[in-house]
Amino acid sequence: MNTQFWVIQAFNGISYGALLFLVGSGVSLIFGVMRIVNLSHGAYFLWGGYIALSVINATGSWALSLPVAALAVAVIGMAMERVFLRPLGFDPLRQLLLTVGFAFLFQQGALDIWGGNNMDITPPATLTQSVVIGGIYFPAYRMFMIVLALVIGVALWLAMEKTRMGAAVRATVDDAQMARGVGIDTNRISMFIFALGAFLAALGGVIGGAFLGIYPGLDFEMLPLAFAVVIIGGLGSLGGAAIGALAVGLADNFGKALFPEISYFTLYAPMVLILAVKPTGLFGRQ
Amino acid sequence: MTNKLQKILLGSCLALGLAAAAPAGAEELRIGYIASSTGIYAQVGKDMVDGFQMYLDEHGGKLGGADVKFIVEDDQGKPDTSVTKAKKLILQDKVHMIIGGFLAPTGYALAPVSTAEKTLYISSVSSADDLTQRQLVKYPYFMRTSYTSSLPTHPLGQWACEQGYKKIVTIGADYAFGYESVGGFQKAFEDCGGKVIQKIWPPLGTKDFGPYIPTIKGDIDAVFSLMVGPMSLQFPKQLRASGYKKPIIGGGTSYDEFALPFMGDEVIGDVSALHYSAAIDTPANQTFVKAYRAKYGKVPSYYSENNYTTAMWLDAAIKKAGGKYPGPEAFIKIMQSIKLDAPRGPVELDDMRNPIENVYIKKVEKKKMFGYDKDELWNTVIKTYPKVSQFWTYGKEKFLAQPVYDRDFPPCKFCE
Amino acid sequence: MVSQQIKIAMVAAALVAFAYIVPHSGSFVVLLATRAMAFAILAMSVDLLLGYTGLASMGQAAYFGVGAYLTAILAAKFHFGLGWDFWLVVLLGILIGAALAALFGLFAIRAGGDYFLMITLALGQCAWGLAYRWNSLTGGDNGINLNARPSFGLDLGNQVTFFYLVFAFFAVSMVLMYVLVRSPFGRSLTGIRERELRMQILGYNTWLHKYIAFIIAGGFGGLAGVLWAHTNGHVSPETVVLTTSVDALLMVVLGGAGTLVGATIGTAIVFGLREYLSTLVPWWQYMLGGVYVLTILYLPMGLMGIPSRLRQRIASQGKSEGSKRLATKPS
Repeated sequence: MNTQFWVIQAFNGISYGALLFLVGSGVSLIFGVMRIVNLSHGAYFLWGGYIALSVINATGSWALSLPVAALAVAVIGMAMERVFLRPLGFDPLRQLLLTVGFAFLFQQGALDIWGGNNMDITPPATLTQSVVIGGIYFPAYRMFMIVLALVIGVALWLAMEKTRMGAAVRATVDDAQMARGVGIDTNRISMFIFALGAFLAALGGVIGGAFLGIYPGLDFEMLPLAFAVVIIGGLGSLGGAAIGALAVGLADNFGKALFPEISYFTLYAPMVLILAVKPTGLFGRQ
Repeated sequence: MTNKLQKILLGSCLALGLAAAAPAGAEELRIGYIASSTGIYAQVGKDMVDGFQMYLDEHGGKLGGADVKFIVEDDQGKPDTSVTKAKKLILQDKVHMIIGGFLAPTGYALAPVSTAEKTLYISSVSSADDLTQRQLVKYPYFMRTSYTSSLPTHPLGQWACEQGYKKIVTIGADYAFGYESVGGFQKAFEDCGGKVIQKIWPPLGTKDFGPYIPTIKGDIDAVFSLMVGPMSLQFPKQLRASGYKKPIIGGGTSYDEFALPFMGDEVIGDVSALHYSAAIDTPANQTFVKAYRAKYGKVPSYYSENNYTTAMWLDAAIKKAGGKYPGPEAFIKIMQSIKLDAPRGPVELDDMRNPIENVYIKKVEKKKMFGYDKDELWNTVIKTYPKVSQFWTYGKEKFLAQPVYDRDFPPCKFCE
Repeated sequence: MVSQQIKIAMVAAALVAFAYIVPHSGSFVVLLATRAMAFAILAMSVDLLLGYTGLASMGQAAYFGVGAYLTAILAAKFHFGLGWDFWLVVLLGILIGAALAALFGLFAIRAGGDYFLMITLALGQCAWGLAYRWNSLTGGDNGINLNARPSFGLDLGNQVTFFYLVFAFFAVSMVLMYVLVRSPFGRSLTGIRERELRMQILGYNTWLHKYIAFIIAGGFGGLAGVLWAHTNGHVSPETVVLTTSVDALLMVVLGGAGTLVGATIGTAIVFGLREYLSTLVPWWQYMLGGVYVLTILYLPMGLMGIPSRLRQRIASQGKSEGSKRLATKPS
């Protein structure tokens, strides 16, 4: 176990965490604003990947597939929120179960539209290279994931902290009733946040598609991971999602590398422990 | 009120449906087929059914002169459900035999059903070793037309040793199919003088190999991989991106035709072993591949070939039985007496009801094949081990005296 | 309003009719009904938590799983539980389910609402991870086969005999849970569901109440697991996956939370769609998803809410017609 081993493992863990951040931040935002535990989130991820594949097949452009897939899924998410979740009012359990029903429908829909083959997204050639620093190979794609997550994280943070919209969102997270009282249109905020969450998940799907592949079942594989991120970080907190993603990425990576026999425990057991000590997660507010 | 009505309605509904669906034609052969058509293995299920159906279509829906009633049931990728559906096929549709089942646990779950219901079960894909080895005595109505997991990896171990590889690291999916495939490879490779110096077991479904790749020891001659499903696409890509430049060899599912069309050029040159390759250059296989591709728009994987061959096998057996199904014991005897020329090559059953078949050592190449005009990835056959049995060269008694291949068997005596 | 006695009589009559009709309707239906009843015990245990205590558990498959694995491991490795000792396995199954719940409850109960849901999800995943990776004990991915059902005078290998056994367990479980929710303890659970703070002020130890309910539900989950193992003759990690827990929760909401009968009806419908409709049509998956979505959207009380909704409708229609008449009269 030399330094090289630790460096590359840490790098791998951070880059995996970067991907998880894209998925987890959406779950966290949606919960924070609407108190909805969205179990369709894995489906958004998967659909993002599939739509990107269709775009790549049609146009040959990977760069184009990123915004198209993310926006398309954002529209799907927005429609779901408007048409189905909104009429339920504030009823977290029924909303959760509704999203499960949709997760099943999305799963079958993807199978009927795209078939069940195991597919892969091929990014541009420059991203499939590796950069050699001090004899260690750093895959460029993993670097790209880290950079992208950083950019998106900073953009989200700026949007939340520096814009009127962000202030309104924060007010809604803190106390939705109060926010409505001071004239914030929480309905619009909810719709916007739901679309944003779906957007981020789909973006994760396109980025992750080149790293995990795109195949049936990926939706329900990503879901527990996304939840691990927000449970550890605390629901409704962007910073929490970032810390949670990093923690899960590193715990998963080092757990598998160092204690392969109990690798699922290294993921879920710390989660249980954190929750037992602080039920709202590290940065969550009740 | 609602409750009572619903119960009664449901009950009588079920009863009516039942009465409607139990005709017992005398001369028809009723085949129940278990495959996934929903859930995450739906595509595998479709490929399996397509292979069987294609043979039926080519032969006017008849096998050996009998009209075939081919009933497909969806097991939703769950072993429990496969049991329920198999019972539905047996009890309600009165099928003569059950075919199919993809996952090893499905095979393990269906075999006892065949015993309990005294109905033939032909495993046409599932490859769990022990079903036709130490556990066969429990399942008198069970037979297999596919392969045992270790059947193709024994020859690959021998082949790797003959290439002069001395030290190999294995990395295989952490479940029974992985243990059996890796075990067969290790046994044959080490018996020939090679050394497996490290065994890595990523969980089934791993896509991020980041944690595992850096632990692979340096100073080796090759890596042996056993990947399944989506794992296959990611492992070679990530291993190469980590700077690894030596050969990668693998079990069949690491590079089969189910995965190959979605792989990148970095897998060119990688070697794997299986009882089928779509690129076997024989007229019989060429005809099969072209017909299948024209019909279903994709190159057949072994899932399809195995089921096409199963139908072909049944055709010959029913013909030999005079156009009628003679009951499970007699039918198994007839199946055992048939030597078949399938797309995969010559195939016959051993006395433990598992196929003796060719194993192909295959290298991924990018080329044009069978007159198709595009350059594509194909599993070119570079060496054929003819008529390989599940006991390889060890002999049945000696082989069965050792335990079934497992995570720690054979033990890793050269691991550091 | 239909009185409670009439309701009970209706349920009893339905059960008797069910037990009479099913064995006469073909072996596949018998098998399906047996499976549905074993699973219905799990669904009712979820209802105990969700409907009567207000706790949405996403990890109920864990108790189901330990019950099933216990049965399979004892039978396959020790040939235990295949004769009269079957009853001992039933007892052990209930105890191990309850014991696991007692352990998990320590982590889960102090969290409320959505956090309870999350933590039970995580705990359920831990149980799944064990079933999947603890190869030497669970057979990992291959699972464990039970080659025969118990036989003790009664031969449970007979499908109809086994149906009646599971039916008996199912009916007894339903009665026991019914008695429980009607007991003073059950009423204080409902009180906690409605107004936890108020109950605390009144001096109730709400944590302990919820903890005990959680353990009882775990015990029933373990029992369901024992029966499930023998129904299928095979136990694999698929038994313990997240979707098993989610399924149970959905069945409860579909039928109507807070009514044990509703949980049963929900189970019957899901099994009917998934295992019977799927033998008839390929689009059953959309049907199932559609049923979930529509029920949740339009029937907040589940299917059991239909009668009261109808009554409401008739009542409101009568009212509006009446007011119309009133309005038209003066002119």
